[in-house]
Amino acid sequence: MDNTFDSNEYINMELLRFTTAGSVDDGKSTLIGRLLYDSKSILEDQYNAVKEASERRGEGYVNLALLTDGLRAEREQGITIDVAYRYFSTPKRKFIIADTPGHIQYTRNMVTGASTANLAIILVDARKGILEQTRRHSFIASLLKIPHVVFCINKMDLVDYSKEVYDNILSDFKHFSSKLEVQDIRFVPISALKGDNVVNRSENMDWYHGPTLLYLLETIHIASDHDLVNCRFPVQYVVRPFSDEYHDYRGYAGKIAGGIFKPGDKVMALPSGFTSTIKQIDTYDGPLDEAYPPMSATILLEDEIDISRGDMLVRENNVPQISQDIEIMLVWMNEKALQIGGKYAIRHTSKELRCLIKDVKYKVDINTLHRNLEDKNIGLNEIARVSIRTTQPLFFDRYKMNRNTGSVILIDETNNVTVGAGMIM
Amino acid sequence: MKNSLNHLQELESESIHVMREIASQFERPCLLFSGGKDSIVMAHLAKKAFWPAKIPFPFVHIDTGHNFEETISFRDSLVEELGVKLVVGSVQEAIDSGKSVEEKGVGASRNILQTLTLLDTIEQNKFDALLGGARRDEEKARAKERFFSHRDDFGQWDPKNQRPELWNLYNGKKFPGEHFRVFPISNWTELDVWMYIRSENIRLPSLYFSHKRDVFMRDGMWLAHAPFMQLKDDENLEHKVVRCRTIGDITCTGVVLSEANCLDDIVAEIAATRETERGNRADDKRSETAMEDRKKEGYF
Repeated sequence: MDNTFDSNEYINMELLRFTTAGSVDDGKSTLIGRLLYDSKSILEDQYNAVKEASERRGEGYVNLALLTDGLRAEREQGITIDVAYRYFSTPKRKFIIADTPGHIQYTRNMVTGASTANLAIILVDARKGILEQTRRHSFIASLLKIPHVVFCINKMDLVDYSKEVYDNILSDFKHFSSKLEVQDIRFVPISALKGDNVVNRSENMDWYHGPTLLYLLETIHIASDHDLVNCRFPVQYVVRPFSDEYHDYRGYAGKIAGGIFKPGDKVMALPSGFTSTIKQIDTYDGPLDEAYPPMSATILLEDEIDISRGDMLVRENNVPQISQDIEIMLVWMNEKALQIGGKYAIRHTSKELRCLIKDVKYKVDINTLHRNLEDKNIGLNEIARVSIRTTQPLFFDRYKMNRNTGSVILIDETNNVTVGAGMIM
Repeated sequence: MKNSLNHLQELESESIHVMREIASQFERPCLLFSGGKDSIVMAHLAKKAFWPAKIPFPFVHIDTGHNFEETISFRDSLVEELGVKLVVGSVQEAIDSGKSVEEKGVGASRNILQTLTLLDTIEQNKFDALLGGARRDEEKARAKERFFSHRDDFGQWDPKNQRPELWNLYNGKKFPGEHFRVFPISNWTELDVWMYIRSENIRLPSLYFSHKRDVFMRDGMWLAHAPFMQLKDDENLEHKVVRCRTIGDITCTGVVLSEANCLDDIVAEIAATRETERGNRADDKRSETAMEDRKKEGYF
């Protein structure tokens, strides 16, 4: 940030969360280093610490990967094991990077980083073109319904900034992109090492007339990534002050998962089916005229009806699906394989229940998207379509309609570990 | 823009959601209060999350006995204003009773001793979730933290074996004796914290604003002087205009030379700075992975 820092501008910035997946040597650390460095987000003591550590290790350059690889084991082995979060801002937006390792054995980390992202950056080495890992990263972005995906064709400096190479990669990409469900796909030819088209426009690729990567990150339209149509309010916590001043106060606190709620709206509570009218939408800063995702707010109703955590407020004429039998696309995240017939705890919005794994419909080859109907053995980092039955009905939407009401996690009750991430089909 | 939040509103909403999740998923949560700006922001967020009800958990302060006087008086007045219970874990008492042994010599600090007192306090009060104001942008080991961070029955963190954390579905399941550290402001940066303090007009201790103080230079950092600090032969006290960028135990909290005496000036100073705030924390400079090593043992 330069001296023209304007704090009013800073306060009105939007937040963009993006994920970067990549393997060793594809230039991911260089790209992140470039974004942080060129946007002046690496501070001097951080830079000096990394420089010193690089020198101590006898590395001939300032290894920017040491900025993100913070764990002792990562620094020793020179690999990224876990999701690392990095922060930077420009005068236009604040960014949260979920930096994830790209090797197949870290699929669960990629999925974790992707779950909260508005945008994914997928790096393609211009010399190698579309590889198995490009397909895998694309498929994960598509599966997790990241609304925007930017393919950075990197290392253009090593192919003489050739338009032909870039065009060939794009036409190869069209062959497999038909299988992807991503609403917004962009391509940018870059050299992270030399800085072409990352923050500054490349002078070496006058044939490219599109935006630079940073310009895309700063301007891509994200305000409509939330569902503003279908009203969903999972009740998270009931506020009961028990004080003289607020003697009869009963507020339903939670985070809006979809739609726009307004005072006067007629709402229905699930699972009871009782209806009432919104009396007021409260926050500490005063009542609101309307509440929409991802706001946290407290809703007060005209009538006293029995509502508790795990219930959901919706509009009478627009209810989610209600069922105990659900099909999910499941990413398995544990060394201990999925047990068909096994029971797990399941979390969905503010609800916690148990579920039974009824059947594995098919396993997905994460590199080819091929469906395997025979193999029902689902191990770590594998993805399968699975049918489950929950102990009570869930109120849900398909994940592709709403990421908040369409996602679940499975927990192994013998060790309390999160073992699966599910997207409701 | 219509129907969208700016980044501070979105961060605030995320933090409030996490706080309400704690109150729902745990039986005996508490908020770790150090007296620093991050924990003051946490107290403010907790107030907003449960309003008009009171904050439904106590505050816990691990007092090294080497705090700035103002930290203690500020703490007491805030706790009274919010109407929450305060639990104090005293490092001095642990030393007096022989449980802890004080570091000796120049550069001695009670920073490490806090861990033992913290773990004792957790055990005595049977706390099952401790809300902390740590942020991922502070330090590279913290960049790997989950919002819900599991601790075993020895209070230890296992960074290589963390639970995956997806969407905003937080898994707080645990066995008896284990607990969670929870970090609602994980995604905030130092500048976000200051912008928020400014826009919400949150009261802060005057230590954060420029004032005159006796200081001395050690390892390239200005340290505030206090009676229990030992000076080396080549170190001299100087009277300077300074302010704290972070506030912790006096022995390891550096001060910066600064004329910033209002929030606008501080925000401008932070935005233009070329040093991280933990760059003047002596406790992080002990080794390349000092924070990770302390966190594994059960540090904040």
